[in-house]
Amino acid sequence: MTIIFYISAVIAVIATLITITSMNPVRALLYFILSLLASGVIFFVLGDPFAAALVVIINAGAIMVLFVFVVMMINPGKRTIEQEKQWTGAKMWILPSFLAVILLAEFIYILLLPGHRFSGHQIIQPKQVGLELFGHYLLVVELVSMVLLVGLLGAHHLSRKSNTVKSEDLED
Amino acid sequence: MAEINMQTGLILAGILFALGLTGVLVRRNIIFVLLSIEIMLNACGLAFIVIGSAMQEPDGQVMYFFILAIAAAEMAVGLGLVLNMFHKYKTLDTNMLNQMRG
Amino acid sequence: MLELLWLVPILPLAGFVILALAGTRISKKAVSAIGVGSVLLSCIIAILISIAFVGSVPLGKAYSQVLGSWFKVADFQVDFGLYLDALSVVMIAVVTFVALLIHLYSVEFMARDEGYSRFFAYMNLFVASMLILVLADNLLLLYLGWEGVGLCSYLLIGFWYKEKENCNAAVKAFIVTRIGDTLMVIGLFMLLIKFGTLGIGPVMEGVSRLASGSVFCSVAALLLLGGAVGKSAQLPLQTWLPDAMAGPTPVSALIHAATMVTAGVYLIARTHAIFMMAPEVMHIVAVIGAATLLLAAFSAFVQTDIKRILAYSTMSQIGYMFLALGVGAWSAAIYHFMVHALFKSALFLCAGVLIMGLDGEHDIFKMGGLRKVFPNTFRAFVLAALVLAAIPPFSITYNSKDVILNSVWSCGYGSKSLWAAGAVGAFVTAAYTFRLLFVVFFGQVKVKPGGKSSLIMIVPLTILAFLAAISGIPELLSSLFGVKNIYGFLYTALPQVAVRNSLEGREWLMQIFYAAVSLAAMGLAYVIYCHPSRAVEAFSRTFIAANLHSLLRMGWAFEWLYDKIFVRPYIYIARINRRDFIDRIYDGLMNVFEYVNRLFSMMVNGRLRWYVTCIVIGSIIIIGIIIFL
Repeated sequence: MTIIFYISAVIAVIATLITITSMNPVRALLYFILSLLASGVIFFVLGDPFAAALVVIINAGAIMVLFVFVVMMINPGKRTIEQEKQWTGAKMWILPSFLAVILLAEFIYILLLPGHRFSGHQIIQPKQVGLELFGHYLLVVELVSMVLLVGLLGAHHLSRKSNTVKSEDLED
Repeated sequence: MAEINMQTGLILAGILFALGLTGVLVRRNIIFVLLSIEIMLNACGLAFIVIGSAMQEPDGQVMYFFILAIAAAEMAVGLGLVLNMFHKYKTLDTNMLNQMRG
Repeated sequence: MLELLWLVPILPLAGFVILALAGTRISKKAVSAIGVGSVLLSCIIAILISIAFVGSVPLGKAYSQVLGSWFKVADFQVDFGLYLDALSVVMIAVVTFVALLIHLYSVEFMARDEGYSRFFAYMNLFVASMLILVLADNLLLLYLGWEGVGLCSYLLIGFWYKEKENCNAAVKAFIVTRIGDTLMVIGLFMLLIKFGTLGIGPVMEGVSRLASGSVFCSVAALLLLGGAVGKSAQLPLQTWLPDAMAGPTPVSALIHAATMVTAGVYLIARTHAIFMMAPEVMHIVAVIGAATLLLAAFSAFVQTDIKRILAYSTMSQIGYMFLALGVGAWSAAIYHFMVHALFKSALFLCAGVLIMGLDGEHDIFKMGGLRKVFPNTFRAFVLAALVLAAIPPFSITYNSKDVILNSVWSCGYGSKSLWAAGAVGAFVTAAYTFRLLFVVFFGQVKVKPGGKSSLIMIVPLTILAFLAAISGIPELLSSLFGVKNIYGFLYTALPQVAVRNSLEGREWLMQIFYAAVSLAAMGLAYVIYCHPSRAVEAFSRTFIAANLHSLLRMGWAFEWLYDKIFVRPYIYIARINRRDFIDRIYDGLMNVFEYVNRLFSMMVNGRLRWYVTCIVIGSIIIIGIIIFL
């Protein structure tokens, strides 16, 4: 089973790499979906089937689809690909890579502490998760639902036809 | 299931986070910037799951659930803003967003 | 009677206070009444005190009156103390009397001036300060009076402040005398540190107990001499006096002829104990006096402004006084001061009459033949001039200048060269005096005068000239009949001259010599200016004569020298120092801040990706700090 973990990890990393270096937005999105699916597999291997299902349904199935819809509306064509090639030259990668590597180094430094813990001893059933969610964390669930509501309203407001306030709107 | 070292999982999460960070800094198209932010969020979720599994608590998955919900709301609003920007500037160049100063 | 001594300086001071506060609100008559009246009362009291003092000299040859304590700091106590001895008596009598007559004169002279009450206020303040100066029993109170007269001199020279040259002259006078004052203050500090007190009596006693010729005495005496030189316009601080003639004529008469410029002489006479302990400094005093008298006399010979001639003449006569002080003839110097005050103020007041009558004309070559136009003034002027030039019969009556020259010849510190300088000076004095007389009052009338001057101006100057003329009579009487004279009087306060080469029996020879010198000078002036022959005119056009003439007119180019040595470098240094290194520190600090500000402003440029980069860098740094620290 551990081998599946490593294979998925490699797939996830490679897919993410291609995502950020791709010139075509749609292609990038699709590779990211691949990355998400790989992390779903990782979750499953680690004994969290509920999380794995969530990844596939919500993350890859809703959020990414939303992205894809928006990108379709923007309608990138050949012109966009040319533009991307222009904007992302080789020189641009130096500083960000450098900063990311430093950050990664700091992470790894912290992580390499003594003591070994192992993940994936046992499967954690969705029932347990559900009991936690609506037991301990009930308040947070309510708050998150409010956030989702706000997001909904925000998205609705932002996608109106024009953003300038007309005098007719002020009257009511 | 598999017995994976927690540190290995967390290193994986770190690598994915760094990749996402690089994407945010490098790309100029706002769609890609948002995408890279998604990558980072996903990496954080992975970290939570790994730790939760190591602790044998369901809290990791609960956290992942919340992160997902927040990410969804954020992406919805963000993409709405992207569409606004596209209508206004007719381009998706992040460098157009330079009014926040003074 | 002597208890009223405190009124003598206080009355003019009260007059000043009243006029300063209310002068512009009361009528002109009231202003004159207060201004002249305060000095009149002071003069009456001074004369009464003098008579009482001469009649019965109190014990210890002096009278002290302490008015109250001024301040007390640790062990140092200073009182408002007044000290009256023979020297002070002479000084207050002369000062108040001359001041009274000049105040009367100014009632008419300044009558049409808009600053009338201001003038009398300043004049009263001046008289009060001068009286404080001569009556002080400690050096600090003397210095108070010293500063007071300096202040009034500044205020009165620049009285017509609307003209810029007057203000410049006033500032110049103040600054040059200030240099002398600073030296004097350092000297006072030295004395204070050494003796713990500044009372004149204790200091004199303390000094006389020190070794003669010690460094302390020499330095202290030299510093006091610095102060005296500044105030009395001697070398090297003499440049302010000719320009000080920018003030009104009564000011020139009172301050710059009779009283303030003799404050230096008074100081040296009062602190004679210090000077007697420092023979080299006394020699320096004599040399300064001799040099100044020659320099000023030659300069006076070529000036064309009547007041400048009289200013250089004052400088020269004070040089005589310094010469006398330098050889130890203290009483002779004071006697010369007394006579000089009388005739010089008379000359200045006459000049004032002429100037006012001719509508502000100062140039003597534009005046001429005025003896028929201003007859009274002419008579007074002639009397005063004859005394100044020491023409017989005024020389036979023991003229003060002759006394000085005799003392220089005969006393211990004197030398033949100083005497020769004095004699040459006498010759030139007579020459310029008669040049002035002949050019102004004889010859053709060149400018028609405006109006006649009133009695209130003529009477004071006549009184002064007359008194100057008869000033020698007591001496004459004493030498013929042995009556107590002013010399004997002054000897109660000042030591006698130490005689080395005695002139006994040869005095009549010296008298004839001096008379001959003066008459010869008169003749020279007559020849040059009354009937100039062609030889004289040809000579005056030669190269040497013309250059010498301009050199002398510029006061031997001292101004030019001081300008080059002191003024130019100072202005240069000041200009460089506008941005000196201390400024640069602050400017540098400011520049650093500006630079950092510009740097930080570049960070807030509104670019989104730049902000993100900064966030990442910041988080890296923070995590790094957390890990490693």
